[in-house]
Amino acid sequence: MKKTEKTTYSLDFMRRLLKGWSSRLGFILLALIILLCLFGPFLSPYGVNDIDLQNMYTGPCMAHWFGCDAMGRDILTRLLYGGRYSLLLGLSSALLAAVLGIIFGVVAGYFGGKIEAFIMRFMDIWSALPGMLLCIMISAFMGAGFFATVIALTVGNIPGGVRMTRGQVLAERKKEYIEAAESINGSKMAIMFRHLLPNVVQPMIIITTMSIGSMITMAASLSYIGLGIQPPTPEWGAMLADGRVYIRNYPFLITFPGLAIALTVLALNLLGDGLRDALDPKLRD
Amino acid sequence: MGRYILKRLMTMIVILVCAAILVFTLMYFVPGDPARLQLGVDIPEAILQAKRHELGIDTPYIVQLGKFLYNAFLRFDFGYSWKYGVSVMEELIVRLPRTLMIGIPAMILNVLIGTVLGIYSAIHEGKWQDSITMVIAMVFVSAPNFWVALMFILLFALKLNWVPAFGIENLQSYLLPIICSALPGIAVNARQARSSMLEVVRADYITTARAKGQKDRVIVRKHMLPNAMMPIITGVAGGLCQLVAGSPVIETVFSIPGVGAYMLSGVNLRDRPVVCGCVVFFALFTSLVILIMDLSYAFLDPRIKAQYAKGR
Repeated sequence: MKKTEKTTYSLDFMRRLLKGWSSRLGFILLALIILLCLFGPFLSPYGVNDIDLQNMYTGPCMAHWFGCDAMGRDILTRLLYGGRYSLLLGLSSALLAAVLGIIFGVVAGYFGGKIEAFIMRFMDIWSALPGMLLCIMISAFMGAGFFATVIALTVGNIPGGVRMTRGQVLAERKKEYIEAAESINGSKMAIMFRHLLPNVVQPMIIITTMSIGSMITMAASLSYIGLGIQPPTPEWGAMLADGRVYIRNYPFLITFPGLAIALTVLALNLLGDGLRDALDPKLRD
Repeated sequence: MGRYILKRLMTMIVILVCAAILVFTLMYFVPGDPARLQLGVDIPEAILQAKRHELGIDTPYIVQLGKFLYNAFLRFDFGYSWKYGVSVMEELIVRLPRTLMIGIPAMILNVLIGTVLGIYSAIHEGKWQDSITMVIAMVFVSAPNFWVALMFILLFALKLNWVPAFGIENLQSYLLPIICSALPGIAVNARQARSSMLEVVRADYITTARAKGQKDRVIVRKHMLPNAMMPIITGVAGGLCQLVAGSPVIETVFSIPGVGAYMLSGVNLRDRPVVCGCVVFFALFTSLVILIMDLSYAFLDPRIKAQYAKGR
């Protein structure tokens, strides 16, 4: 009996996504990191803020795999706990930036004329200040904390998405299905978000996946220079900021948090590369 | 072409002014009383009021904004630092060479090594040279810049003692900052250059060139490079802007008193003239980079050049 393979779009998509070894590695790595950050803290015998002055600056050993920091807090536990902050920061700000970018981009591309000119000129002004600088300013403006940092990261990263989406819409809006929708007097909202959106959203999916990684890095840089999330909170960048004074004597204090960021971003980038290959219709067989 | 450049320059000035207004407004509404930040907590109201008058922040927003724009764009004067009382422009001129000492070599490394690596790996597509280059590029795209810098300090400065770890005592101390600023850009450019070269490889005119028996070297130089150049230039310009934007972080890591560190100290002390001065300066740099990028598109691509010639 011949076995017929079941193919739905999502199955087919997953198969294509996990075809290459690099995207497979990224997928596994990311799943592992997410699971560890979700459940890891429950497995650890130590609390996040358990101060243990007997174990100040203890190097990596059996009891404390990644060592202890200046207050004897277990670094591995803090890393796992802090991963929640870092991942959530990256995810929420990347998604927020993507949504806003798509909305402005679709509106600018679809309406054209004065509205487009206004939005695009505004984006020009916006991006005259490179992302990180804007993040620093907004972060100073909004103050410290999780929510403020999400806003700072989001605001700094909107213009790219707007440009991208607008370009896609411009290529798409002259096609027949849009003309058909317009000729049956479909509402502008429906045309923009029901008909145009699904056809222009693909590149944004790839960019957003990649930007989760860069947002995590930016959040860490912000905490490192003393803005964003502040030290007692175990965010990865804040842990780096905490440990940098001890670089000479206790380098493990900055090695592990940085490694955590690097691995997470690496996983996201590998996955993003895989997504690009899987979604690119030119390469689909 | 001349008319186009002129038009672009005008747009650039408008954008700069708008960016300056944006920054000024942000810093104006930042929470915290500047006078209190300068003088301390237990200060009588009268003295605070005098300080506010001295700093010129007792006038309405619109008056302050007008004064700032007039001074910044017509007299090239950003005022005096609230904290230190030093002219921001003079301080910028002192600090600029230090930032450029990092930025310019990093930029050159960025363009040269990044592009060459990308082309190299595109030519060897699928072979081990390609894989190794791309894996290394992926690692440096992913690892946070400032953490790589810390690790390099640990290895090359503290363990091996080849270069000083912090400060700007001698020329060697610029070595690590330059390399660390250049690395992510090199990695991004290598990836960009590789993928745009690969896109070109599959084009029909390359097949034609091969079919007529053209030498590989000539094909790469004459047919592939010019066509692959556009995305590469976009990548290089993006990298330059990243370099500028990253300078506050990298200068913090290496304790280099450059423009980025100056801006950051301004942000932390709510020192509005300092922040506005630095940001306008950064924005000027970014706009210039984008302008040069657009012009080089026209220079490289005859199709775009023809559009300008028609007087667009």
